[in-house]
Amino acid sequence: MKSEQSKKLLKSGAIWLFILVELVFFSVAGEYFALSDKAFMDVDNMLLLLKQSAPIGIIAVGMTLIMVNGNIDLSVGAIFAIAGIVLLDSMSWPIFAGMGDGVIPFAWGLALLTGATLGAINGLIVWKTGVDAFIVTLGSMLGYRGLVFMFNGENPTSNLNWTLVDFAEAQFLGLHTATWFFLAVVAVVWWLTRYTIHGRNAYAIGDNRDAAVNAGIRVGPHMLINFVLIGVLAALSAVVFYSESGSVNPNDGQLYELWVITAVVLGGTKLTGGAGSIIGTLGGVLAIQLLRKGLGYIGADTSTVNLVIGLILIVVLFIDRQLNTKGKEALNV
Amino acid sequence: MAGFANNEFVKLLGKQGILIAFVLFMVVFTIADTKFISVDNVLSVVRSSAILGVMAIGVTFVVISGNLDLSVGSMMSFSTIVVLDLHDKLGPLMAIPLMFLMTLALGAFIGFLVGYLKLNSLIVTLGMLSAIHGLTLTYSGGKNMDIADKSGTWFSVFGQGDVIGIPVPIILFGLLAALFGILLSKTPFGRKVYAVGGNPTAATFSGVPRARTVFLCYLISAFCVATAGLIQASRSLGSQNTVGQGLELEVLAAVILGGASLLGGSGTVFKTLIGVLMLGFIQNGLLLMGLPFYVQFVITWGIIILAVWLDIAIKRGRFFVSA
Repeated sequence: MKSEQSKKLLKSGAIWLFILVELVFFSVAGEYFALSDKAFMDVDNMLLLLKQSAPIGIIAVGMTLIMVNGNIDLSVGAIFAIAGIVLLDSMSWPIFAGMGDGVIPFAWGLALLTGATLGAINGLIVWKTGVDAFIVTLGSMLGYRGLVFMFNGENPTSNLNWTLVDFAEAQFLGLHTATWFFLAVVAVVWWLTRYTIHGRNAYAIGDNRDAAVNAGIRVGPHMLINFVLIGVLAALSAVVFYSESGSVNPNDGQLYELWVITAVVLGGTKLTGGAGSIIGTLGGVLAIQLLRKGLGYIGADTSTVNLVIGLILIVVLFIDRQLNTKGKEALNV
Repeated sequence: MAGFANNEFVKLLGKQGILIAFVLFMVVFTIADTKFISVDNVLSVVRSSAILGVMAIGVTFVVISGNLDLSVGSMMSFSTIVVLDLHDKLGPLMAIPLMFLMTLALGAFIGFLVGYLKLNSLIVTLGMLSAIHGLTLTYSGGKNMDIADKSGTWFSVFGQGDVIGIPVPIILFGLLAALFGILLSKTPFGRKVYAVGGNPTAATFSGVPRARTVFLCYLISAFCVATAGLIQASRSLGSQNTVGQGLELEVLAAVILGGASLLGGSGTVFKTLIGVLMLGFIQNGLLLMGLPFYVQFVITWGIIILAVWLDIAIKRGRFFVSA
């Protein structure tokens, strides 16, 4: 029993240990290779790191719940782009003319509503047709991206609102606006998984769907709620991101799903469902961002970052499996 | 609802649904636009589908064996860049086999991880998608690759040449489809692929070597990717590092559209071909009708989900899930 507990602790602590190793490694390596004379663990650098983790991180929190539930969502990158377009474009719609900055809450609301709607479409299809979430969201990833391109072709959609930019660049207690949004999302969804019936049922469904059905849990509505949630979070991520940048490229958000899933898996969530935690995902997001920033800091280019992150993902998967199947050897042929 | 599953017509629809849909689709488009079915148009659609199609043949093996391959897109960029680079350094005669070897090595690595180490294929190939992209960028230094002497090389034959009026990409596509179609449906190896994907435990107890079979499926996939890279490189004689980006999902869409189940154990090369051609003709048909290029994404979305849904609904006997 004792070793069970220590193993569990080791597993949930592994990602934080990894983060610590990264911090030490990049600080030491930075002494020799860094291009700038600032330390890696410089306060501003770390604050910027948190801010830059926010767009991926907010979506990753939602993806954790989806994956705990035993589903997957590949369409988040496309939802991100559509929500960004709605946010920026709606501010110049004629119905909102003459409202000045009063248009901002409406634009935000519309963007979030768009995310919720697109998520609900995914969720309803998964629920009602019984088609696997992987296929449904693979399809909608294409379809939603098509909608993005149909809106404005290959051209970017731009609308720079300085009030929004000021808001996005503001710092409260040292942390940037984006960081606050990220932390708030982590806190709310953590509470959702720990203290609500929906959270508990989501784990139960992911762990053993048949048992959950037999226990009287209605699987479909819970999946729908999670898909709506991730849609809203993808839109929120877009709201946070595009408030500052003010311009959406139709290709934006592509490959986000891969980064998000990587972060969630690094954080210890099982692809098969039933296990995973929001705090672990927070760790996964930070670990990836540290790696990107750290490798850049010691002068490696993006190609190395891609290579390293890909390989680390595979190594983590390997270690995780070694920890899990020790003792109960599976058929090995 | 009781009669739903017993109806002969519905049974036929379930078995040959994709073929029927394809024929219906072609008829509608032919009526809408007479240019659609002309020899020139059909050839051009098949030629432009060849790269996607060649990759889809390999992925069909992987999917039937119960796994996924999301790395084919970035692997295709890798082969394209490598063969273009080696072409100028070593000449095409050396470049092509070397590129095939390097791509097969990547496939073998993935096959080892998924087959022998039994790691989850989705995550492994997701990781490899990123890793191979990094590898390609490191190899090329982020620069575009171009063949220096574009008019003086016979290398362009794979992408631009034709034999008795049939473009070479189509011939390669057809040859591979025939070869691997026979391998899958007529040989002991093919039956092992179905067995491993259909019920891994039963396959293991029946003495089917699961690990080796999965390993070989990834090798086949890598071989197809290398061929696709060859066609791509030869067609454009120059390339960006991201030429195959996003193709993995289009390939998967074609395979699924062809009716292969992601759970493994079902699908055929022929049905995948239909899936590939359907995507190609949808794209072409919509363009001929004057719709913007991007509408095809939305239509494809609808068609994929409808196709899979119908398939499931017919097996289930009901359209909607009750719970």
